[in-house]
Amino acid sequence: MGPTGTLQLVRRVITAPTVGPFIALVVTMAFFSLKTDRFFQAENFSLVLQQVMIVGVLAIGQTLVILTAGIDLSVGTVMALGQVIMTKLAVANGVPALPALLLGILVCVGFGVLHGGLVTGVRLPPFIITLGTLNIAFALTHIISNDLTFTGLPKLELFWGRTFNISGTDFTYGVVLMLVLYALAWYGLNQTAWGRHVYATGDNREAARLTGINTDRVLLSVYTLAGLSYGIAAWLLIGRTQVGDPNAGQTTENLDSITAVVLGGTSLFGGRGTIIGTLIGALIVGVFRNGLTLIGVSVIYQYLVTGILVILAVSVDQFLHRRSG
Amino acid sequence: MRHPQGGERRPWRFGLLTALAVLVVMAVVVSVAAAKPTARGATVKVGLITKDATNPFFVKMHAGANAAASKAGAELIYAAGKSSSDNAGQITAIENMVTAGVKGILITVADAKAENAAIAQARAKGVLVIALDSPTSPTTAVDALFATNNFNAGVFIGKYARAATKGRKVTIAMLDEHAGSSVGALRHNGFLKGFGIKKNDKQIACVANGGGQQTQSQPAMENCLQKNPNINVLYTINEPSAAGAWTALKNAGKKPNGVTIVSVDGGCAGVRNVRAGIIDATSQQYPLRMASLGVAAVVKFANGGAKASGYTDTGLNLIAKKPLKGVPSKSVKYGLANCWG
Repeated sequence: MGPTGTLQLVRRVITAPTVGPFIALVVTMAFFSLKTDRFFQAENFSLVLQQVMIVGVLAIGQTLVILTAGIDLSVGTVMALGQVIMTKLAVANGVPALPALLLGILVCVGFGVLHGGLVTGVRLPPFIITLGTLNIAFALTHIISNDLTFTGLPKLELFWGRTFNISGTDFTYGVVLMLVLYALAWYGLNQTAWGRHVYATGDNREAARLTGINTDRVLLSVYTLAGLSYGIAAWLLIGRTQVGDPNAGQTTENLDSITAVVLGGTSLFGGRGTIIGTLIGALIVGVFRNGLTLIGVSVIYQYLVTGILVILAVSVDQFLHRRSG
Repeated sequence: MRHPQGGERRPWRFGLLTALAVLVVMAVVVSVAAAKPTARGATVKVGLITKDATNPFFVKMHAGANAAASKAGAELIYAAGKSSSDNAGQITAIENMVTAGVKGILITVADAKAENAAIAQARAKGVLVIALDSPTSPTTAVDALFATNNFNAGVFIGKYARAATKGRKVTIAMLDEHAGSSVGALRHNGFLKGFGIKKNDKQIACVANGGGQQTQSQPAMENCLQKNPNINVLYTINEPSAAGAWTALKNAGKKPNGVTIVSVDGGCAGVRNVRAGIIDATSQQYPLRMASLGVAAVVKFANGGAKASGYTDTGLNLIAKKPLKGVPSKSVKYGLANCWG
């Protein structure tokens, strides 16, 4: 590779959309490493990964939706519903673990299909549709669970919370699943025709349609896959908390997933962004929450910092959008 | 460096510079915040996790723990859920505190069961875990419980309400917190016991959830009054709930004085409402004592002492403006001297 080639490579790296978030993550980690020796430890990294696992998986679905210039406000409550169905069926109704899990996932996928159907069929804005399903899923969660917390769950439902050991550090299987899902999403978005169609549809739906892309089918597939990711997140959540919790998913998960996507550099205008950026965005939030506790600072500062970062990330995106548009 | 695209500036360079600049600012902000006077090294670290960070009850608990910690030369690390039912937030806080090296964690659990797995992991690593205010299910999930006897808190105000309405026909409304609240169920059932009625008694005209909050309790009470305008006894889970219900009574043109309102908490705003005649009687509890006893127990354990265990009653007093025969109570003056918030 000649000097020009090297230069171009450097330029490509610097201008890659994940670089900004990545630098923010590195600076944050360096900061906490300097402040406390408890931060930079394999065990602590494993912990941070566990803590971002749920929002991380929800954010995969959210990324797909936002890439098509949509938004999904219902992620947390749909996940909560899936989780309550999985645990209630297993504990209260005596359904074996596997069908209970599949039914829970199926309900989440159903919500995805519903979203996709309304977006393409009735042409409603995703914001309104998912605002509606946010409340529907919330209500169903409480109706179905009768506000009970389910315990004594079968082993299979708790699987993703189990750990394995790599040179003295415990990792959960759930974290591995999250990373595998990110790899799959990356492959789908970057290495397949479907992925290009998602970007094209998000960038300009009409133009994409005129080039022969079936944009309705693309959107339907995006919302359905998003629903699937919420279903998987529901199973992960059970593994993490080891209970079926009717209050799960209604506090922070909806907005946290959007935060991760935005911090990761994905544009709310659609058509631009990366799935790896989303993972980095989720990690930034997790690292702040963990690091602040380790140095003895109230978690409330995490929200302060997250707020600043979100506005910053959107400003940068807006700036880019104006430049290129 | 060559610029193959002429003078066009890279937008990302702007982005990166801004990002870096803001990060530096943040780092400074956080450093300043972190630079609060904390002794380093062998200091005992105590974790406190509350349901949320805004309820005056928990604000007072936090303040009490802070005071007790600095008195004992310990360092307090505080965290709270984003709402009173944020189980995931509490679990994350437990994990992070264990990593931070706390000797003990004091926690008001958001759910009786949902934090148990994380608590078990913390205890397995040798951390003393004490539940404050809200019990876990089973109670053995934690090492110890420092709390008000919430059932008795209900019994006290139930007895007062019965004595206040002696010989009259009563129509009762009950404003609970939310389903699944362990504290709420104890107070509710205590009230029934104290009043001398059963769960499905016909005198209970309305049972509604006000979330323990003023803004939610007002519409709950409005709906109860729609259902039965003759309500003349009102049980509320706490004083903000009573305040919301009182607004509903006032707006409905009911003479609030004709309604006996009882509540639980003993917060300063609540006791002032007792003085003003809005609340007739309230069971006062002592979050500061829960917090200071908790911190002391952790420090004792860290210095080689025994682990706290079992249930410690942190005390309770009925505060009433008008004392009634056969119902022991303390004066408003006493209530104000010992109130919180």
